[in-house]
Amino acid sequence: MIEIKGLTKKYGNKPVVSDVSLTIRPHAITSFIGPNGAGKSTLLSMVSRLIDADTGEVLLDNKNVKSWKSSELAKRVSILKQSNFLNVRLTVRELVSFGRYPYSKGRLTPEDEQYVEKAIEYMNLKEIEDKYLDQLSGGQRQRAFIAMVIAQDTDYILLDEPLNNLDMKHSVQIMKILRQLVDELGKTVVIVLHDINFASVYSDYIVALKNGKVVKNGPTDEIINSEALREIYDMNIPVQEQNGCRICVYFNSHT
Amino acid sequence: MRLWVLILAAIILSFISLFIGAIDIKPADLLDWDSQQAQIFLISRVPRLLAIILAGAGMSIAGLIMQSLSRNKFVSPTTAGTLDAAKLGILISILLFSQAAYMQKIIFSFVFAFAGTILFMQILDRIKFKDPVFVPLIGIMYGNILSSITTFFAYEGDLIQNINTWLMGSFMLIISGRYELLYVSVPAIILAYLYANKFTVAGMGEDFAKNLGLSYKAVLNLGLILVAIISTTVVLTVGVIPYLGLIVPNIVSIYMGDNLRKTIPHTIVLGVVFLLICDIIGRVVVYPYEIPVNVTVAVIGSLLFLIMLFRGRAYAK
Repeated sequence: MIEIKGLTKKYGNKPVVSDVSLTIRPHAITSFIGPNGAGKSTLLSMVSRLIDADTGEVLLDNKNVKSWKSSELAKRVSILKQSNFLNVRLTVRELVSFGRYPYSKGRLTPEDEQYVEKAIEYMNLKEIEDKYLDQLSGGQRQRAFIAMVIAQDTDYILLDEPLNNLDMKHSVQIMKILRQLVDELGKTVVIVLHDINFASVYSDYIVALKNGKVVKNGPTDEIINSEALREIYDMNIPVQEQNGCRICVYFNSHT
Repeated sequence: MRLWVLILAAIILSFISLFIGAIDIKPADLLDWDSQQAQIFLISRVPRLLAIILAGAGMSIAGLIMQSLSRNKFVSPTTAGTLDAAKLGILISILLFSQAAYMQKIIFSFVFAFAGTILFMQILDRIKFKDPVFVPLIGIMYGNILSSITTFFAYEGDLIQNINTWLMGSFMLIISGRYELLYVSVPAIILAYLYANKFTVAGMGEDFAKNLGLSYKAVLNLGLILVAIISTTVVLTVGVIPYLGLIVPNIVSIYMGDNLRKTIPHTIVLGVVFLLICDIIGRVVVYPYEIPVNVTVAVIGSLLFLIMLFRGRAYAK
């Protein structure tokens, strides 16, 4: 279980995240939403020890992530950030193989090979496994990165805006895969999302941030309604039900 | 390209390199071990070949490590001030100790090459504008600044001629007893191969490396230490060989990608082949005299570099 206790991060005098405490529920998708500059990405980066918090702590199984050995932590928590900017020429298979790095330091055992193979099949990458990343489309590349994280086989998968620069089809594809990871493999996914409707349709829990503070935190149903959304976004957002999905119609809203 | 093709080319070129020069030596001459030809062969030709192999492999690997760690295809000992810093280190050791021992030169040159490269990496971290073509331009300017400091103090201390021997990369003066320092780069190259996976992971960026549980800073420092060791040994024995660490890893990257465990053997052999070709050309065009290798490398290398710049803008990003 991941517990976040009183995390604060300041850049200069300006607090980006201030005194955030929450618990990530296991075996579920939790989405971080909120306006620009709310501190979503910074919070995610602190949870995954990419940046240090000024105060507060993140506990994984009741132990501060900073006191985890980094190679052990890499077997429990993975994080994917704006990975589309990677300029290393690796094939899809090589990239996915590096997901096993925490276990084998790059010398793959037959067991590692199995994980790699499974991850590639899971993400439907078999046909393009020998292509270089720079020959792929944005959606294929994102799938390759997620395959790497699957091969890394961590309980917790943290993703920072994985739908950036993806078209509708690929976005839906990625979100469905994340849903499968939770439902079929029992993973815990934490994701920063910009599009509130993806958060509404696919996540189990939503954490809404604003000015570095948690303003709402609960099951998706409790957050996706006009009152809560007004508090988060300062907008009047009607919510309509469509095929069992709650869709926020914010495109022509009056503030 | 297959590895064995490259190795075969390297062997043929090595053979040619052993048997050209002002004094005519034929393989048959070597049968008589006491002949003058055999002596020249052992004292001059063989050391020269070994020096070329070690320097070619070393500089190519140094470039490969730098490109991986800086995540920029155009960073190399030439385009990041490493070689200029090493030169400055040598000058300062000469200025401080009027009769600088070899060891003092080595240490100063190493420390300066290491610190100079780290400083450049710090500058890279800080600049916002990261066009891949822009970065080597900054590096070349930075190297020229270091170089001008060297020239100024060398002028003041009447050491211009002394320092110019470091500036001009050449295998002309390599004889047995004057190149052995280059062997220090052998363990550095082996270490680079053993750590190849770590360098590849570090080359995916700090966040990526941390995600996979790699101690990024430690790998970065190790990489830069290897680069400094290799650069120092080459500058002190052969002199500055420009472009080698830039061209060779890029050619390999184009046809093999950036998985260092796979590319390091190719990079080593291609580096040797490239430097052998340049050295042989330099020895043949004005025969029986010769052109220093840094000139032929610079001519061929800058041409290839320009082609890479124009063709490879998209690839480098």
